[in-house]
Amino acid sequence: MADQIFKAVILACTAFIGLVFLWILGEVVVKGISHLSFSFLFDAPVNSGRAGGIAPILVSTLMIIIVAVSVSVPLGLGVAVWLSEFTKQGQKFATSTRLTLDVLAGIPSIVYGLFGNAFFCIYLGLGFSILSGGLTLACMILPIFIRTCEMGLRTVNDSWRKGALALGMTRTAAIWHILLPSATPAIIAGLVLGIGRATAETAALIFTSGYVDRMPESFMDSGRALAVHIYDLSMNVTGGDHAAYATALTLIILIVFFNIMAQFMMDQWLGRKVLSS
Amino acid sequence: MTQKQPPYKADKDNQDERAIPYTLGNLEAGEPCCIPKAHLQVQNLSVSYNNITVLDDVSLDIHKGCITALIGPSGCGKTSFLSALNKLTDLTASAEVKGSILFDTQNLVSDKIDVMALRRRIGMIFQQPNPFPLSIWRNLDLPLREHGFRNKSVRRKKIEKSLQDVGLWDEVKDRLQDSALALSGGQQQRLCIARALVLEPEILLMDEPCSALDPISSCVVEELILRLQGKYTVIIVTHNLAQARRIANYAAFFWMKERVGKLIEFGQCQHLFETPKDDLTAAYISGAKG
Ligand SMILES: Nc1ncnc2c1ncn2[C@@H]1O[C@H](COP(=O)(O)OP(=O)(O)OP(=O)(O)O)[C@@H](O)[C@H]1O
Ligand SMILES: [Mg+2]
Repeated sequence: MADQIFKAVILACTAFIGLVFLWILGEVVVKGISHLSFSFLFDAPVNSGRAGGIAPILVSTLMIIIVAVSVSVPLGLGVAVWLSEFTKQGQKFATSTRLTLDVLAGIPSIVYGLFGNAFFCIYLGLGFSILSGGLTLACMILPIFIRTCEMGLRTVNDSWRKGALALGMTRTAAIWHILLPSATPAIIAGLVLGIGRATAETAALIFTSGYVDRMPESFMDSGRALAVHIYDLSMNVTGGDHAAYATALTLIILIVFFNIMAQFMMDQWLGRKVLSS
Repeated sequence: MTQKQPPYKADKDNQDERAIPYTLGNLEAGEPCCIPKAHLQVQNLSVSYNNITVLDDVSLDIHKGCITALIGPSGCGKTSFLSALNKLTDLTASAEVKGSILFDTQNLVSDKIDVMALRRRIGMIFQQPNPFPLSIWRNLDLPLREHGFRNKSVRRKKIEKSLQDVGLWDEVKDRLQDSALALSGGQQQRLCIARALVLEPEILLMDEPCSALDPISSCVVEELILRLQGKYTVIIVTHNLAQARRIANYAAFFWMKERVGKLIEFGQCQHLFETPKDDLTAAYISGAKG
């Protein structure tokens, strides 16, 4: 009897969450799909986005993500390997690094925006640019990415570590050929989380990559990201609702696409090396 | 001292009599170890973790080409002893090794050692088979590459020979690119032995290599170890006294005194089992016999 009630409650929770999710998705799809077209994706916005398309915004978003990912993946993997493979248990510096990362992971993105503005735009003189925005996003996703990868490396079977060293292999070889490839699922999870956060980011980008909706010509140009565009359309532009929904739909499709890509690329790069039974 | 005989003969004529589903390759045995010659000289070795001594004042010679069995109750420091020999204790930050281990002209404890080169000469097999999550082929290929074998056909020959030596070749030759994790436990352990042998070490450290295996696989691995005699110096930890008796030329008995592991008795296997000098040894052997 208790079992049945418990089961019913769990089912209700699942159904509720599923419905909410479907409702959000449904709303975006229903309201956005009619406006979404080939020319919407390939035209420049006209009249603050009420008409025309989102081509420059799509390009800016892609460029921002490219900067963020290509900076955070190598850096993040480096730090994760250091944390899990080269620190001793209870080492002060490592413990405080972990604590700092956990705190950083919980900081609201607008704080990253202010920091990015002060550091990248002003102090380093990069101005409002795609580069500043991408680097700011990199800072924002690094803490989660590092911690996820570290956890992944830690759960790798310790006997492989010992086995590799007992064969006279170097630590580098063990990490490169066995440990990192075995941690691929965790690395992908971290990457997917990070890309998701980065693609959906508004607050951190308004202060760093700006909201110019022209087609960017280089990484030093200012560029508007999709999420910023949605924010602008729904808050500041009357009559921009349809465009906002279509952009939101594009954003969702883009995130799904990125996730598949990330999975595919990591699998190609690392996962192909290991065979789990 | 006499060469130990394998528990099972692997030749084809005998196969109906003892149905083992494996055949071992023709690993060439070297000279029987009649003339004791020290390969490793361990003197006053002690190992401690977090400043707590777990193994104290162990001195013994490991003879070249012989099989030395380490026996004793759980926790008396047998694994710690083995790990000190190939400096795997370096991995544990809290571990500290004192005393001396003479290998060639070097003292492994105090001298500056190239551990990568050392571990190539002193291989290790673990209790739990630990093949890498790679293909069967790459499990052996990777260590060879890491030790600078650039020539692919040389590597191929070595791998094939090594797999034959452990009797795995016929079982896996058609599935070399499959994952090593799909092999059975006994096959995995033999793959790990092949992986160690492919680097042509001089000494093999084996930490309870059979205890995670079923009786038949265990028997095959045991026979394999016997065949290593003469060509390799083998140090094997085992909780199976009958096994120690069957395969070892020398035996070392460890025991805990006041929570510190000590070497109680060391000598020829036969002497240790039949005419133990120490009362503790006698008690342990007969006690474990039931
Ligand atoms: N990494 C470590 N840190 C702290 N103490 C350890 C560590 N490894 C082993 N010890 C301790 O050292 C002692 C000897 O351990 P060891 O593993 O060498 O024993 P063993 O003879 O191999 O036992 P078993 O037969 O159970 O494998 C034990 O008391 C154990 O708790
Ligand atoms: Mg042990």
